[in-house]
Amino acid sequence: MAIGERDPITGRHTTGHEWNGIEELDNRVPRAVIFFLIVTTLFSIVYWVLMPAWPLGVTYTKGLLGIDQRATVEKAVQEAAARRAAWTDEIARLDFAEITKRPELMRIVRESGSTLFGDNCAACHGTDAKGNPGFPSLADDAWLWGGDPETVAETLRIGINSTHPETRFAQMPAFGRDGILDRTAISSIVSFIRNNAQGIDDLGPLDSKGVKEGAQLFAENCAACHGEDGRGDPAMGAPDLMDDSWLIGSDRASLIGTVSQGRQGHMPHWEDRLTETDRKILAIYVTEIAGGRAGAAR
Amino acid sequence: MPEAHRKLERSTIGFVLAIVVVASIGGLVEIAPLFTIDETVEEVEDMRVYTPLELAGRNIYIREGCYACHSQMIRTLRDEVERYGPYSLAVESQYDHPMLWGSKRTGPDLARVGGKYSDEWHVAHLVDPRAVVPESKMPAYAWLQRNTLKTDDLPDHLMAMLRVGVPYRDAMIENAARDAFAQAYPDSDMAEGVAERYGEDTNIRAFDGDPGRLTEMDALVAYLQIVGQLTDAAHEKRTGEQVVRAEETE
Repeated sequence: MAIGERDPITGRHTTGHEWNGIEELDNRVPRAVIFFLIVTTLFSIVYWVLMPAWPLGVTYTKGLLGIDQRATVEKAVQEAAARRAAWTDEIARLDFAEITKRPELMRIVRESGSTLFGDNCAACHGTDAKGNPGFPSLADDAWLWGGDPETVAETLRIGINSTHPETRFAQMPAFGRDGILDRTAISSIVSFIRNNAQGIDDLGPLDSKGVKEGAQLFAENCAACHGEDGRGDPAMGAPDLMDDSWLIGSDRASLIGTVSQGRQGHMPHWEDRLTETDRKILAIYVTEIAGGRAGAAR
Repeated sequence: MPEAHRKLERSTIGFVLAIVVVASIGGLVEIAPLFTIDETVEEVEDMRVYTPLELAGRNIYIREGCYACHSQMIRTLRDEVERYGPYSLAVESQYDHPMLWGSKRTGPDLARVGGKYSDEWHVAHLVDPRAVVPESKMPAYAWLQRNTLKTDDLPDHLMAMLRVGVPYRDAMIENAARDAFAQAYPDSDMAEGVAERYGEDTNIRAFDGDPGRLTEMDALVAYLQIVGQLTDAAHEKRTGEQVVRAEETE
């Protein structure tokens, strides 16, 4: 059947296509579709008038409602801050000891602190705050720079070996790499540490070698930062080497690696990223994890 | 009208051309004019270009398909601003060719990841994500630590960026390979040249922990640490001008 011919049964035009004797009627577009097109076109015209829409060279039509995404989000953030002001103001005003005495504030600190910790701290320190090799556990009593909330808040503000101008700074020298001590001396120091630290029960034959020399070498090389008794110094960020908390590992290989290659951990500073109130919440949250002793100095 | 359409749809070439015209209307009307509107890309003074090492890292980011799971676009929504930081501005991607905004987040948005974590963390996390984040489903990229970074083509990469409008200077292009090496070797004599050419705030560190060897890990971590840090415009807008604009509209 050719173009323009009519189907004998319905009397309608056909498209002129034929497949094995089957032909297609050239029906009109259904009214519902036309109606839908008209409605959506009208909607878009109304939308153009109300919302930012048409480009006009270097500018554009701003729309009667004056809606601007940036202003909208700014307003939403401000409104949310205003809703939270009831307790954020309290946290900002009170000192750490007073906050910990207020159960209704502590409930918020735990809830808000958990979210803040998850978003910002958990990547390095772990969701359970127990740390990872090279990233200290916050869930124990061992603190590099001090574990009272004020100190933790300050660490959060300036970071450790960070890009902040006031950053806490600590660097353990590379005794082996820089040729300060030879291999035997390093091995002796490690033997001394492993024999004296708490909780090391895998002492091997190598650990009995050079303990005495190690003590002497420790006093000469390590005590300046880690203290004569090896208990560390939070003022310098020098870890306690006699407790059972280990940043990298307490095995011989890890310790020899640390003494020969040196260590310099990095913690970013959070002054630009988190508000003072947020850092305060985190400081209390973290110290509470560490032993429920927020407000009490270590 | 139906007659005209009947004719058109029976002409193959004519109908293809008509489809092309209709399909491009959306782009022409909605996208093309944005290039002429002054407000589209904000003008900021502190915007800096990627160093050769960061650019190489960006190429690795693209090669490994990081953009498939990580967006670099904080939208103007309260929950995003409160979680990630100030919403993204167009100017922050001014020198991104191609841009890596992405549209899907299997992992978190990375637009403000620069400076958020330490280099050590990035290295540990890329070598074995589950070693530091047990619940992560990110693949490991341990070979980046072993692969030596290819630097001999870096001048060409900078040249290509220059062709599409990134203001690299001749000295930057000439020293591209050397600067890439020096940025990850802070104690070398060449490191000063990097700070001189790209600014004092440039991160010059042994990103992968080994200053003597330039690896793909160095490049990728250098790039990740600069994402969102090329300009402070987004932070300024949030604290200054934007607040004023918000008040005006009220």
